[in-house]
Amino acid sequence: MNCKDNAQLEAPASSPIHIQRRWPKEGYTRIPNWVYTDPAIYQKEMDVFFAGRTWNYVGLECEVPEVGSYKRNWIGDKPVVMVRNEAGDINVLENRCAHRGAQICWQNTGKVKDFTCPYHQWNYSLDGNLQGLPFRRGAMGKGGMPRDFDLKQHNIRKLRSVNRGGSIWATFSDEALSFDEYCGDEVLAEIDHMLPGKKLKLLGYSRQLIPSNWKMYLENLKDPYHATLLHTFYITFGLWRADSKSECIPTGGGAHSVMVSHNEGKKVTEATSEMTRFRGDLTLHDLETVTPRAEFNRGRVGGAWVFPAAQFGIQANSLKTRHVIPRGPTAHELVFTYYGYEDDDEEMTRLRLKHANLLGPAGFVSMDDSEMLKQVQTGVTGYPNDHGVVEMGGRDTKPADYMVSEVLIRAFYEFYRNAMEL
Amino acid sequence: MNAALEQTPQALRAELRDFYDDYALCLDDENLDGWIEFFAEDCHYRVISRENFDAGLPLGLIYCMNKNMLRDRITALKETTVYEPRALRHFISGVRVNGHDGDAIMAQANFAIMESLSDQEPSLNMVGRYLDRLRRTPEGLVLQRRDCVYDNYRIRNSLIIPV
Repeated sequence: MNCKDNAQLEAPASSPIHIQRRWPKEGYTRIPNWVYTDPAIYQKEMDVFFAGRTWNYVGLECEVPEVGSYKRNWIGDKPVVMVRNEAGDINVLENRCAHRGAQICWQNTGKVKDFTCPYHQWNYSLDGNLQGLPFRRGAMGKGGMPRDFDLKQHNIRKLRSVNRGGSIWATFSDEALSFDEYCGDEVLAEIDHMLPGKKLKLLGYSRQLIPSNWKMYLENLKDPYHATLLHTFYITFGLWRADSKSECIPTGGGAHSVMVSHNEGKKVTEATSEMTRFRGDLTLHDLETVTPRAEFNRGRVGGAWVFPAAQFGIQANSLKTRHVIPRGPTAHELVFTYYGYEDDDEEMTRLRLKHANLLGPAGFVSMDDSEMLKQVQTGVTGYPNDHGVVEMGGRDTKPADYMVSEVLIRAFYEFYRNAMEL
Repeated sequence: MNAALEQTPQALRAELRDFYDDYALCLDDENLDGWIEFFAEDCHYRVISRENFDAGLPLGLIYCMNKNMLRDRITALKETTVYEPRALRHFISGVRVNGHDGDAIMAQANFAIMESLSDQEPSLNMVGRYLDRLRRTPEGLVLQRRDCVYDNYRIRNSLIIPV
């Protein structure tokens, strides 16, 4: 497997913050606890990653179906809005007035003719261009903007953005690689697999506020080891097991990853005895909840993590994006956007909704995750100078064709240390 | 005459208040087996954000399409889910009869759920409204359809005990 290293991605972007911290001498097999608590580390991550040379998930094209349809979102802690313009293209704009910085868009979704900041009614087109402002020439012959005030110099900033198969991505950086180069072949293939160019149908959102650092969720999604132990539903019903055919592939120099497995159904093997939460006696009254209908993915589950904060994945027949929004050093928001295809029949839509019971804040296999991450955050916060150990599956960062491995986390911290200059 | 209409509106509202209070008590006691007895066999039970509900998006955080799915949820909570112990208190108010549809009673009520974890102050976990369709059986009222529409923008960490 070709793990494409990505020089530009690894090169540190500028951040005024200098961190006086020493990484444990063992290197990326150790994770110092202060990366989950230190406000300076958090601010540097916002600068270097979210506002830096990365591509960030903003939404799905189907969320803004008509001219003027918008959806609010965040890239790191920066508010943005994606909107369909008069030409039918999708823009990603900073969600702040060029005047004093107020959010111009206060709702999650909606439809507008143009944007007007409620504070002083500066008015912008759907492309972010400043069209006018009240009292530009003053009132009663007094006041007003200087004669040389140029509207064109005060537009809302439009981010570089791309549409890949109906998913919208944006970057604050003019120096970021093209989206294709940034993702690399393996990650791109996963996105294309889930968004094959068919029209998408939005099914809904779930949002949760998890009291842990954003990287803990990233690590959780790069950690198949826990999934083979913690999640009884996964291992019992064969949705995700240590003895299934699987792959863990770090890409983008460790920033991204592909993690896939196969649904092999309920079975007992030698490995079962190690999975103490396997429940041979566990039966369901409605087995359809854990039984997918055959679809294009042929039982293949999992997906790709696109650094810094998005994952595209399939579980049973539920298709969804996961988006992590950091909310300070010790909290993050996790948003699932569930979708199907416009040509789905009624039965398939029903199954997608039914299988969504497996995931999200009340999901049979992910209620535990957010509960666990809270415990991990509490554990590391009290001991900032100690560290975690990630040696399962060895001490290297090579792709693995097995599940019991922490290779993706090691590869991530190899990338992270370099980019953060730690 | 239609059984649902035989009562005075006041009597029906009082009966519904008792029904909702009993429902709340079951959840507060974590008596999950008792909880599902409030539902008809062909029930629909969904916990859905106001965001999805208002936009006409069908996704529920919990979406039980029949009573067997409620039974499975109880199995999951009792047998497989790993979660921090908590005490919940449900406060139900604003009971209102919205009308009748054949034999069925359409009703709604507000809910607020306070959560107490073992090492923290109690906090408001969720607030919203029940939108119900109830049927009268020889054993009393049962829920044929319940949408728990929560106003919270986000779930506070996880949603373990149903609403």
